[in-house]
This record gives sequence, C-alpha cells and structure tokens, in this order.
Amino acid sequence: MDKHDGRSAGEPGAVRLDDPWYDALAPGWAESAGAADAAGREGDAGEPLTVGGPRDSGIPPGEIYLAVHRSGAFQEVRRRYRSFVVPATLAFLVWYLAYVVAAIAAPGLMARPLVGAFNVAMAAGLGQFATTFLLAWAYMRHARLRRDRAALEIRWETQELTGGNTR
Amino acid sequence: MTGGHETLALTLVSAFIALTLAITLWAGRRRRGSVEEFYAGGRLFSPMENGFAIAGDYMSAASFLGVTGLIALFGYDGLLYSVGFLVAWLLVLFLVAELVRNCGRFTLADVVAARMRERPVRIAVGAASVTVSVLYLVAQMVGAGSLVALLLGGAGPQARTWMVIGVGALMVVYVAFGGMRATTWIQVVKAVLLLGGAVALTVLVVIRFHGDLGALLTTAAERSGHGRAFLAPGLKYGGDWTARLDFLSLGLALVLGTAGLPHILSRFYTVPTARAARRSVGWSIGLIGGFYLMTVVLGFGAAAVVGSDAVRASNPAGNTAVPLLAVDLGGGAGSTGGTVLFAVVAAVAFATILAVVAGITLASSSVAHDLYASLRRPRGTVRDAQRREVAVARLAAVAVGAVAIALALLAQDLNIAFLVGLAFAVAASANVPALLYALFWRRFTTRGAVWSVYGGLVPALTLVVLSPVVSGGPESLFPHLDFAVFPLSNPGAVSIPLGFLMGWLGTLLSPEAADPARHAETEVRALTGAGAV
Repeated sequence: MDKHDGRSAGEPGAVRLDDPWYDALAPGWAESAGAADAAGREGDAGEPLTVGGPRDSGIPPGEIYLAVHRSGAFQEVRRRYRSFVVPATLAFLVWYLAYVVAAIAAPGLMARPLVGAFNVAMAAGLGQFATTFLLAWAYMRHARLRRDRAALEIRWETQELTGGNTR
Repeated sequence: MTGGHETLALTLVSAFIALTLAITLWAGRRRRGSVEEFYAGGRLFSPMENGFAIAGDYMSAASFLGVTGLIALFGYDGLLYSVGFLVAWLLVLFLVAELVRNCGRFTLADVVAARMRERPVRIAVGAASVTVSVLYLVAQMVGAGSLVALLLGGAGPQARTWMVIGVGALMVVYVAFGGMRATTWIQVVKAVLLLGGAVALTVLVVIRFHGDLGALLTTAAERSGHGRAFLAPGLKYGGDWTARLDFLSLGLALVLGTAGLPHILSRFYTVPTARAARRSVGWSIGLIGGFYLMTVVLGFGAAAVVGSDAVRASNPAGNTAVPLLAVDLGGGAGSTGGTVLFAVVAAVAFATILAVVAGITLASSSVAHDLYASLRRPRGTVRDAQRREVAVARLAAVAVGAVAIALALLAQDLNIAFLVGLAFAVAASANVPALLYALFWRRFTTRGAVWSVYGGLVPALTLVVLSPVVSGGPESLFPHLDFAVFPLSNPGAVSIPLGFLMGWLGTLLSPEAADPARHAETEVRALTGAGAV
C-alpha cells in the first residue's frame, strides 16, 4: 500500500519505455466516465479521467479505484483474463481428478496395454505432463498478447489519478 | 561400502557449504538493511533467475529421493506423485502468481489482509504460514538425518543428531546474514546442480537400455517381482477403500497445496513486475516438469537396474533408490565410477536439503513482517522501524530454526514424504481457501477470512493427531498408544473442503458486509498492477 517506498528500485527501465502517459487514452475511458456519471457520484465526469492531476480530476480519492473498476477498459481486461482462466482451470482440474479417480476406481481400464509394456495409465500420466506444458504455454501467450498492454495502460492511468506516479 | 565414497562425498558436501557461505557473505556485503532487501532481495531478479530459484525451492529431497524410491518400489503408483507435483503449478500460474505479485508486498498475509481488518487476519494467516513452514522444515531435516545415516554407513544416532543440528545452524547463518538475495542465489546454484545430476543419471539409464524405453519398462516390471501389475495402478493404494481414499486425499492436497506454500509465494516478490512473475513461473514449470519426467525414468531405472528387492533391503521406504542406482550405473560397488557417482548423488541430495531449508526459513522469518511490524504502533522514523523489523525477522529465523531442529530430533523416524504431504495438506486447507476467496470473491469479509484459515488449519492438524500416523499402528509415532479414530493418513479430503466451507459460512454470518470500494481496489490492483510495489 505504500506508494513511495522502494519504487525506484522496483521499476525496470523496460516498462518505462511503454509509458502510456504520452499515448492516446486506453479504449473505454470515455465509457467509464459516463458510467460513473450515471451512477451520480461525480461532478465533472464528462472530462476524460486522465486530464489533470489527482486534484483536478474531480474524482474523490476514495472512489478512484471504483471508477477504474467500472471503466470499460478494465472490464475488458478482466473479461479477457476470466474467459481464459475459468475454462482452463476447470478443464485441467477435471482432467487431473479424472486421472486420480480412474487410478483408484478403474484400475483394470488403466492397466490395459497399448503398445508393448506401455499401458493406458502410463499414457494418461504422460498426457498430464503434456497438457500441463501446453496449457502453461497457451496461458502465457494469451496474457502477453491479449492482456499485458491494456493492463499496463490502466496501471499508469490509475497511478496518475492516485498520485502514485510522482516520485 | 568402502571408505572412499564417504571421503569424496564429504569433500563435495564441504565444497558446496563453502560455496554457499561465500555467496552469503558476498550478498550480505552489499546489504543496506532495508526490509525490501531482506525479504525480497531488492526485487531485481530476472525471470530466468527466479524461475531457477522457484524450481530449486520446490524440488526438495523428498522428490529426488522419495518419489524415485516410491516408483522403484510401487511402480506406477509412485508416478502419481510426479504428476501431482507438476500439475499443481497450473493453479499457481493461472490464479495466483501475477495477482499475488500485484497485491502484496512480501507475504501471503499482505494479500489476504488488504481488504480486511488487518489485525485478526494477519494473526491467522501468519500462524498458518509458520505452521506450514515448520512442518516442511522438519521433513527436510529428517531427510538430512537419513541421508547422513546412509552416507556414514554404520554411524549411530548421535551422528544423525549432530547432522540435524548442523543443518539447522547453517540455515540460520544463511538467512540471518544473507537474506533473500543470498537465499535466491543458493537456490539457483542448487537447482543447476540437482538438474545436472538428474540429467547425467537419466542419460546413463537410457544408454544402459540402448535408448529403448520399452525395454526399460519391461525389465523394471520383471525385476520388481510384480510383472505387468508394476506398470498399472494399485500396488500401493489398491487395497481397501480406505487406502484408495487416502490416495485421493493426497492427490487433492498436492494439487491445491502448492498455491499456499509461503516460501513459494514469497518468491514472486523478488522480481520487478507481475509479468516477470508470470515468466518466472513459466521457467519453473519447464524445469520442474523436466525434473519430474526424469524422476520417472530414474525410478523405473532403479527397479530395472538395481531391482525392487535390493532397494527395499537397503531402505524399506525406498529413499536410497537413486544412490544405489548411481553405484550400479557407475560400474558397481567398489569400482571407481560407482564411488564417484554415489558421492556426487549424495552431495547433490545434501545440497538440495540445505537450499530448501534456507528458503523455508527465510519465508517463516517473514512472520516478523506479518505480525510484529503490522501490529505494533510505529515509533521513530521509517528507517528505524525498518531496521528494527529486519532485526526481528533475523531473530524469528533463529527461533523457527530452533523449533524445527527440536521437532526434527523428535520425528527422526517419520517418513519424509508423509511430512511433506502433510505440509501440503495444511497449506491447501488453511492458506489456499482464504487466498482464492480474497482474490476472487466480492463478498468475502474479515470473519470469512479468519474462519477459513482456522477452519482449515485446526481440522487438518487435529485429524493428523487422530490418524494412524501418530498412534495405533506398528509404524506410528507412538506405537503403544491407540487413539487413531480417523482412518486416513492425509487429512486433505476432509480439511480442504472444510476450509472452503468455513470461509463461506463466516462470510454469510458476518456482522458487516464487504466494502465494495476495497474489493474494486483489490481487483484493479491484482489485474493491472496499479500501485504495486
């Protein structure tokens, strides 16, 4: 929670190159302001959130995260995260539990030979390794291509509002 | 065995100890005494370095010696461990690593307490974390005791006692003087040594069978004395339904527990961003997956080359399968090759134990951060307070080390793999429900957090005390007493659902509702990294 402590040590130069402070607004910021206005919590919600510092953005400090949370940009990042993570987590948990339960409930099926000494149980075990590698790779790729950029933009804009970018 | 391998093994072990002490001194020299430095190593490790360090923290002696031994004795049923230990990392990668990196500063309690009233939540999560760490530590130090018994052949219980005390003293030195920076580098060196040793042995096994893995499996099945049944489930957990449920319980604990291990979670704070935390988990999944694939080859290799009966004769739990395999692959007992390989494997196993012990001790010293620093009224300047916190953390490392040494001396005859499984079960019951609820459930409250931690921790520990592990059987801790009313040796199947249930119940029965603003803040911070340190 402490915004001033250790930040200079914690930020790598590479991230700063991407500083979206000089970029266009993240998609959906206008919607966010509109949504906040509809909720009746803000005075000058028609202004884009990034204009001005924390003092003249018109959002009370306690509501900055609520406003960001309601913004379309954030909802989109969260939707992308969940649309990958929820089905993938369910899939690998079900597959792993099925593998464990099959070993204790259907040992006969698992013992059926496939090629030589290689049987269903061994194939399923190697399959667990393979799916783990595959899902890990897919997740990292999805996060890198579909989430990182948008999340970083929201991060900088949020910190601009909270005053966290000043050092 | 002759004296040659002992001398060589002891020389290699001494070299590793000297190297790690040098790393500790080097890392300690540049220290400035800040908490950032002590708990998180300055947060400037690269994803690759941290990936190796995570893999080093995770691949304990229980895996290298224990899992290979179980495969050598029980064939396919041992392989289920390798799978569970790896698959667990998907949960960490998907739901935990990045979010925890973004929301916390040093520990699990930082993340869970962010939306809650701090004091009760920090006390609960801190207590659970220390419990998990101590259990894990005891397992490693018991492993060190067994290893030295093997290494020094006929040495009596006194040598084991001194070994356990020596390991404990060393780890306190690492942590107290080196902090996270030294511990991370020790993990990296150890991971490289362990992977190198495993690769060398695996290559030798494959060469022995001329690259024909089918022949390896067939020979293993023949020499195990079980035939084809060796390659199918059921040798260890195929008996009555209690044994089968016990396996399900262990499987559940393994796959959920990793996400709640304090020494793994604290690793995500040694890198600068959540993206770097994700990439370090990617590295560690590659390294850990490769390692567990090799344990499968080594386990079946030990059954095929050494023979299950010879493994069992050396150590009934199978813990010596890999050292025996090394002797055989090097050319047999008494040959130079066998002596050298045995010494290398023993030294690598010892290095593994030392490194894991250092990592866990560091994590448990962060109880100083969870409890002391947050609960005391600040006094003096920030710099003074930080310096005092680091001093308390060092003291905590010494205290946790002393407790673990005492427990390890008591528990010298307990099975290592069991103790590790127990640590996983406690982590999965007490830490994981609270962590997942805090990150993903909007309505989660302080009471829910406290109930879920204690609702998992207390049943997990109680069920262990009431299990056949502690009393009632010939292999129990107290074989002459019998209060084993709970039939399973791993409590996971009962205590993990209880942890989730109590968190849900506590939230429903909360006097106050969750604060939507603080939930919004948690979600925004978790997914974007806004305001992360």
